[in-house]
Amino acid sequence: MPRLERRAKPSRVMMFASPLIAAVMMLITGYILFSVMGKEPIHAFGVFFIKPLTTTYGVGELFLKATPLILIGVGLAIGFRARVFNIGAEGQFVMGAIAAGGVALYFHHLEAVWILPLMMLAGIGGGMAWAAIPAFLRTRFNTNEILVTLMLVYVAQLFLGYLVQGPWRDPEGFNFPQTKMFTDSETMPLLIEGLRTNLGFVIALFLVAVAWFFSFKMFAGFRMEVSGLAPDAARYAGFSEQRNVWFALLISGGLAGFAGMVEVAGPIGQLQPVISPGYGFAAIIVAYVGRLHPIGVLLASLLLSLLYLGGETAQMDLNLPSAITGLFQGILLFYLLAADIFIHYRIKPNPHEARCTITPPPPPSGDMI
Amino acid sequence: MSIEQMILIFASIVAAATPLAFAAFGELVTERAGVLNLGVEGMMLMGAVAGFAVASQSGSLTLGFGAGLLAGLAMSLIFAVLTLHLQTNQVATGLALTLFGAGLSAFIGKSYVGLSLQGLQPISIPYLTDIPLIGRLIFHFDWVVYGSFVLLFGLIWFFKYSRWGLVVRAVGESPVSAHAIGYPVIRIRYLAILFGGAMSGIAGAYLSLAITPMWVEGMTSGRGWIALALVVFATWKPIRVMVGAYLFGGVTILQFYGQGMGVHIPSEILSMLPYLVTIVVLVLISRNPKTILLNQPMSLGQSFYPRT
Repeated sequence: MPRLERRAKPSRVMMFASPLIAAVMMLITGYILFSVMGKEPIHAFGVFFIKPLTTTYGVGELFLKATPLILIGVGLAIGFRARVFNIGAEGQFVMGAIAAGGVALYFHHLEAVWILPLMMLAGIGGGMAWAAIPAFLRTRFNTNEILVTLMLVYVAQLFLGYLVQGPWRDPEGFNFPQTKMFTDSETMPLLIEGLRTNLGFVIALFLVAVAWFFSFKMFAGFRMEVSGLAPDAARYAGFSEQRNVWFALLISGGLAGFAGMVEVAGPIGQLQPVISPGYGFAAIIVAYVGRLHPIGVLLASLLLSLLYLGGETAQMDLNLPSAITGLFQGILLFYLLAADIFIHYRIKPNPHEARCTITPPPPPSGDMI
Repeated sequence: MSIEQMILIFASIVAAATPLAFAAFGELVTERAGVLNLGVEGMMLMGAVAGFAVASQSGSLTLGFGAGLLAGLAMSLIFAVLTLHLQTNQVATGLALTLFGAGLSAFIGKSYVGLSLQGLQPISIPYLTDIPLIGRLIFHFDWVVYGSFVLLFGLIWFFKYSRWGLVVRAVGESPVSAHAIGYPVIRIRYLAILFGGAMSGIAGAYLSLAITPMWVEGMTSGRGWIALALVVFATWKPIRVMVGAYLFGGVTILQFYGQGMGVHIPSEILSMLPYLVTIVVLVLISRNPKTILLNQPMSLGQSFYPRT
């Protein structure tokens, strides 16, 4: 086991290099994985990572699937910076979709331009309300937000299941557990004819810019970053921890809820028992791989979106289970975490020489980023 | 309600409680050594799929449980290497383990979906099982259930009366001091993490080999997270983990029998109960910050790297 030596200060180069190292390592692992499974690796590789991008439609799908990841990932990154761990974005996503779907069904007989904006607001509100529960419990009763947000994922999914099986089921839907299809004025306008990419993607890009401005140009963003990096300093400076918790959860919850609205008012077009292939959890990976930075989140979302698309084409062309997407996601995060050690440490060049050097104290506990 | 029904209900509560107890006992030991492993759900899923795959290939449930244990162990080994050697953040690594476990188990389990096998049967103890009523009530379980009680008493003894139990607690309270005295902190944390993984693996295998003898994607449905909450609820004490596991087992079973007894609440709403109860219980226990502060291992979640 080579000895590690702490760097005098965190390496900026490694900070940006480690997601790339992780992505490359993931590709190499994928190559080995395909060989082990008896698929011609070069061909499988092409099918998984290249083929989805060879058509205009494919690129449109890439942006479509990246949209919820960007929206959720940007929100989570803001929270993670302040070390507020909202792990239940999947639940807030579902609640946002339910709220937006409720509005759509209520005004189903109307054709009006204000319905879609109202659905957006409902989506944001639904996600925020769901995230407000852990925020309240954490600030009022000191309850761990990781476990509460997670438990609420299951509750939200069951609630959606109840609605589409029961009161909201389409009476003319041949007993399928789903609602009526949303009308044209209740669906997100498409950007380009023939592609499924919708207005949500543009809004997501805009929010990336807003998040960047908030995190790096506004005092509130600075306050949250200090709270995450140096909780003691933040307390000394009088930054309210409670406000951070509320803010982080409401922002990430609202964005996750909005993502849910974009999904049901976009490619899905109705409420179904399952409306997400785990976007809320994949967005956690997006936030970390994107270095908790809005631009990084954008790039990481495109990568994870490609993994979803690759999983689908691999299922069709290679007869591989689409679960391989989740496998790649997990592997990517592992490699990233492992590569991150080189931000703070380097391999000791000569153990005999280095023995007499004074090593600075360890990094702050639970060091994120 | 007849006596037969009551015995049935009791048996299903025990069955629901046992995997929770195993996973929570494992996590308890890990956390007592100062390591927070949020990957219980992922380790359980791997235990479940490995257990089912091996049992249905070999026809032996014992081999299945062995495979489940090894799968959990292997998963926790990844976590141990990352957090102990590469100094990764424990929260992030644990989450990664859960996501990875969910993906890998779904991938491996694809070809086993829809299969089923003969589940684990209760063992009859000569004479004891034949006692009227009581025999059927408490002496008619499978060996894993009895194992959970052996584990309970083993852990109580280990942490209270054994020297190494004390060392594990010392490592969890202050790894720096334990290291200074000369205890191998990293090695102890390794063993604690691996123990946690093995127990989660067994817990997962119990789901796919005893409770519902089949493989379904994501079949743990949050039990790993409930086990994590149980450890907090139990304020890191084995006996309370057991009580908590039976409490949750009871809630889980209640929802099934609630419908049978003419409670007209949709099944989806009743299924929310265990999750809602988890939240309520967490609120109750953490309401007083001192409860957590006094019982939680001091170094929980913090990395340690010996520098000599």
